[in-house]
Amino acid sequence: MKLAVVTAGLTQPSSTRLLADRLAQAVGERLGGAAETTVVELRDLATDIAGNFVTGFPNARLREAIDAVTGADGLIAVTPVFTASYSGLFKSFFDVLDPEALTGKPVLIGATGGTARHSLVLDHAMRPLFAYLRAVVVPTAVYAASEDWGGGGDAFTDGLSDRIARAGAELAALMRPGRHSPNGKQTEEVVPFEEYLASIRPPS
Amino acid sequence: MQFGIFSVGDVTTDPTTGRTPTEGERIKAIMRIALKAEEVGLDVFATGEHHNPPFVPSSPTTMLGYVAAKTERLILSTATTLITTNDPVKIAEDYAMLQHLADGRVDLMMGRGNTGPVYPWFGQDIRQGIPLAIENYALLRRLWREDVVDWEGRFRTPLQGFTSTPRPLDGVPPFVWHGSIRSPEIAEQAAYYGDGFFANNIFWPKEHFMRLIDLYRRRYAHYGHGTPEQAIVGLGGQVFMRKNSQDAIREFRPYFDNAPVYGHGPSLEEFMAETPLTVGSPQQVIDRTLEFREYFGDYQRQLFLMDHAGLPLKTVLEQLDILGEEVVPVLRKEFAIGRPAEVPDAPTHASLVAARDAKNPKEVNA
Repeated sequence: MKLAVVTAGLTQPSSTRLLADRLAQAVGERLGGAAETTVVELRDLATDIAGNFVTGFPNARLREAIDAVTGADGLIAVTPVFTASYSGLFKSFFDVLDPEALTGKPVLIGATGGTARHSLVLDHAMRPLFAYLRAVVVPTAVYAASEDWGGGGDAFTDGLSDRIARAGAELAALMRPGRHSPNGKQTEEVVPFEEYLASIRPPS
Repeated sequence: MQFGIFSVGDVTTDPTTGRTPTEGERIKAIMRIALKAEEVGLDVFATGEHHNPPFVPSSPTTMLGYVAAKTERLILSTATTLITTNDPVKIAEDYAMLQHLADGRVDLMMGRGNTGPVYPWFGQDIRQGIPLAIENYALLRRLWREDVVDWEGRFRTPLQGFTSTPRPLDGVPPFVWHGSIRSPEIAEQAAYYGDGFFANNIFWPKEHFMRLIDLYRRRYAHYGHGTPEQAIVGLGGQVFMRKNSQDAIREFRPYFDNAPVYGHGPSLEEFMAETPLTVGSPQQVIDRTLEFREYFGDYQRQLFLMDHAGLPLKTVLEQLDILGEEVVPVLRKEFAIGRPAEVPDAPTHASLVAARDAKNPKEVNA
């Protein structure tokens, strides 16, 4: 089973990467170690992604990352919160994908920030993005604020570890090997030219 | 095999001097470049058609008519003629007229243009891009092939008993290529009619164009025009050459870094690795161009983009000298080696007249 992890953290070490790794680990445990995990660090691809905007095509390095993501059986996508939303780099990566490339793909979303006050980014920014891409986003999305790394849950919420485990189980439950065609698109079918001609014929 | 150049016709500031040519200077420069193409032994000059700054070639047949009067052998073509927004009646007339003036040294390439707003400028709707390309071309073919046309379609007023004048030279319409960067519909259209298909082969990785050309070749055979290998394929390419490849790279880099389309993006080295752009010695250009046949099969026409991104006229003329003296003669020889006998040359007016006469021997005496 193939699991792709997209992480948009910029620092090293990065709490975004840390959350991504914890989520990947949770999924892996649920799958009984059967997951082949590829991590895509968007920081390393920042200029390649910008180049794609300028040239209109991904270079070899970016193509490899795109293929890993679109060919995976499940995807974990984690971003830091920037200016009340996902980071520009995170959005840019998904902007250069074919809009149909993630159709039907199980996705687990996560975000990190300095304060828990930004946690609705998951539901107000991340979920709509993946809804547009027709991905299947699991119910539990995981937000890790700085304080979450040190504390447990409270009366209203599970602690970070519990949320990670729940989200990981949800993604693992949806993943099926080979359920998604590698690039999300079926082989190009030729529409015979007579059909085009017929479609422009004026009504008689 | 035919070799030539195609010009986008951009007016771009020379980044090394900060100087921008006037429209008039650029138009005259393009004409000088076209004449130079014949002087150095190239076969084809093709101009783009654009209707917005920074591009100048809005009136291709005016330009090509000028070139026709000053050349003897050069084939005049387009890259591309906007089949979507030009009235097919006017295309039929303009290019038949050009055929007569140029003694048949004319073909043209249909395309849909690179600018969305051009549609409303000519009273059309961009959402109808593909249907316009299909309907307009179907009408254009009839206007060239039937003396009197009754016609009704979706996008323009009906025609009743209409005759497009002048009639095509010797009753044989110009050969048509279809250019497309991403539309399988256009490859299908070219295959359906047995027309040529041109992949501009610049700015994108070759794999992208290989898919379209493969589709075109398969469908060309499907429609009974010949084998896939006999389909009529044209390719673009972009090169810059100096005797020493390091000199070529040093001189071209500022133009690359500031060019429209790819400038301010990836490095020159990366873009050369990812796309067919070749900046180097004439031998490197020869080697790279010969590879095209490995990817696309034996083909009929190779056009190079030489006057892009603000390169001064003097430099472009030097490039054409190198192309004509050192590169194309070698390419002609090398491409001929191992080329199967059944792979045809690109159709010319003479070959189309001969093919027509072979089919209808009676008309020869008529």
